[in-house]
Amino acid sequence: MLTELWNDAEGGFHPASAPDFLPRTALQEVQLRRLRAVVARAYQNVELFRSRMDERGLTPASIQSLQDIQHLPFTVKTDLRDTYPFGLFASPMSDVVRLHASSGTTGKPIVVAYTREDVEVWSEVMARTFASCGLHRGDILQNAFGYGLFTGGLGAHYGGETLGATVIPISGGNTDRQIMLIRDFNVTALCCTPSYFTHMIERARELGIDLRDLSLRIGIFGAEPWTDGMRHHIEAEAGIKAYDIYGLSEIIGPGVASECSAQDGLHVFEDHFYPEIIDPDTGEALPDGEEGELVLTTLSKKAMPMIRYRTRDITRLITEPCSCGRTIRRMRRVGRRSDDMFIIRGVNVFPSQVEAALMAVEGTLPHYQIILTRAGGLDRIAVEVEVTPEVFSDKIRGLEDIRARLAQSIERILGIRVDLRLVEPRTIARSEGKAKRVIDRRNEG
Amino acid sequence: MKLQQLSLFLENRPGRLEAPLAAIAAEGINILTLSLADTAQFGILRLIVRDWEKAKRILEQAGWVVNLTEVVAVDVLDRPGGLAGALRILEDANLNVEYMYAFSLRRDDKAILIFRFEDPDRAIQVLLDQGLHVVDGDELMTFVS
Repeated sequence: MLTELWNDAEGGFHPASAPDFLPRTALQEVQLRRLRAVVARAYQNVELFRSRMDERGLTPASIQSLQDIQHLPFTVKTDLRDTYPFGLFASPMSDVVRLHASSGTTGKPIVVAYTREDVEVWSEVMARTFASCGLHRGDILQNAFGYGLFTGGLGAHYGGETLGATVIPISGGNTDRQIMLIRDFNVTALCCTPSYFTHMIERARELGIDLRDLSLRIGIFGAEPWTDGMRHHIEAEAGIKAYDIYGLSEIIGPGVASECSAQDGLHVFEDHFYPEIIDPDTGEALPDGEEGELVLTTLSKKAMPMIRYRTRDITRLITEPCSCGRTIRRMRRVGRRSDDMFIIRGVNVFPSQVEAALMAVEGTLPHYQIILTRAGGLDRIAVEVEVTPEVFSDKIRGLEDIRARLAQSIERILGIRVDLRLVEPRTIARSEGKAKRVIDRRNEG
Repeated sequence: MKLQQLSLFLENRPGRLEAPLAAIAAEGINILTLSLADTAQFGILRLIVRDWEKAKRILEQAGWVVNLTEVVAVDVLDRPGGLAGALRILEDANLNVEYMYAFSLRRDDKAILIFRFEDPDRAIQVLLDQGLHVVDGDELMTFVS
């Protein structure tokens, strides 16, 4: 049956997608069996997990039901730094076939490991991701996620091949060549960060190429938060369907959750990654449907299991059935990452709020950057916004008007005054990976 | 009867004016006239060039945001009261000038006024009715070459 659906070009299914459609009770049986195994594995092989469980008087046998997961201690990002490089591995190096690492911009990088089985699971969940976004055998997938230590490139690569798509391993960067290959190779699907794709749209326009005229039909975007407004912009300007995917290296890389044809929340591949939502302040588990911090437990990871890993991502779980038929639960797209939040004059600000304010005025998202400075003990926030053809006027009054409207829109949402500066196109650095939206110079000099 | 004017957004900091002008100069495009409007933070460079389509393409490919606006050129005698006379006609017709700039010709004792109107077609009708000479693009080129 699934194979038949798979042969239907529009089906969005793949044999690997079968667990997406398990009855809930069958899924929970799989989850509990795997949870008990992974907790035992972590307890036996990783000093940090064992000592924390011992402190609480817990043993692997304490896990009798899925609810018992709430007794287990959390794992946080600093645990990965503190045990750098290999302290959280549960497999001997002879079983580890791959290492990835974060860029480590804020100190020590974090290292993650995969056994051959882990790579297979990763390939499977990425194939399920692509199937969920409507890709199938015969699609030509341009993979513009960065290859290398970053998990995005290789994760998408293996998933695309497992799906049976034709993968072009172009990696990030060299935008003119990206556009040339989309055109010359009749690329039908592309994955990268949403900010890099908006840059591609902009560059294609400069080169006189309308992406809507090409065969590209699907974009798979992840690795940074983006908004629905950005999705509408991308879909209209490139003539594609744009899907949000979610993942993080600490858990596996991309492939933790993915949107489906409904574009209404991301299905978490729950048979491998167990999601919980907690109150970020108290650590208490919250009921389904409430907004809080996403906590994930890897149910099948071998080389580096994660028990109740705090993602810092704010979202909520949706339990209502999805129109696509998948039974695995969905999470709301992550609009804000508590890591991205900055505090200015006592106000918590997320870049996505600034984004929404800019979008409300311009209709599309301009390139922007938030710059925080400190002068005379007072924090200042400046927002630089590149002028676009849509808002540019030959009249000073027209530009002063747009500047004032952008500033007011941000001030209405944040409740603080901002210094809004219009800047020339292409003066804000473009990222070929994750966009850097906030520059904090408050502790410089 | 209308002229195509190119406008560019520039940040108000040293060196920003030179770059676009150098870009079109490199392609052999000569500027008939220009004006620069500025605020403390940014400015708008407005250009009248012969091959505006080519200039627009060059500037856009180099990354500038270029706006195309229709403006109206009028020639008046280059002597005291030449501009004032034209402005009086516009004022009597209740036509608002968004902005204007002017340059004098090297011959014929003439000055050219470039006007930006909200409604250029109505402005042209008024100017013609009052006996002023509206200069179209081709004619302007003969004046300056």
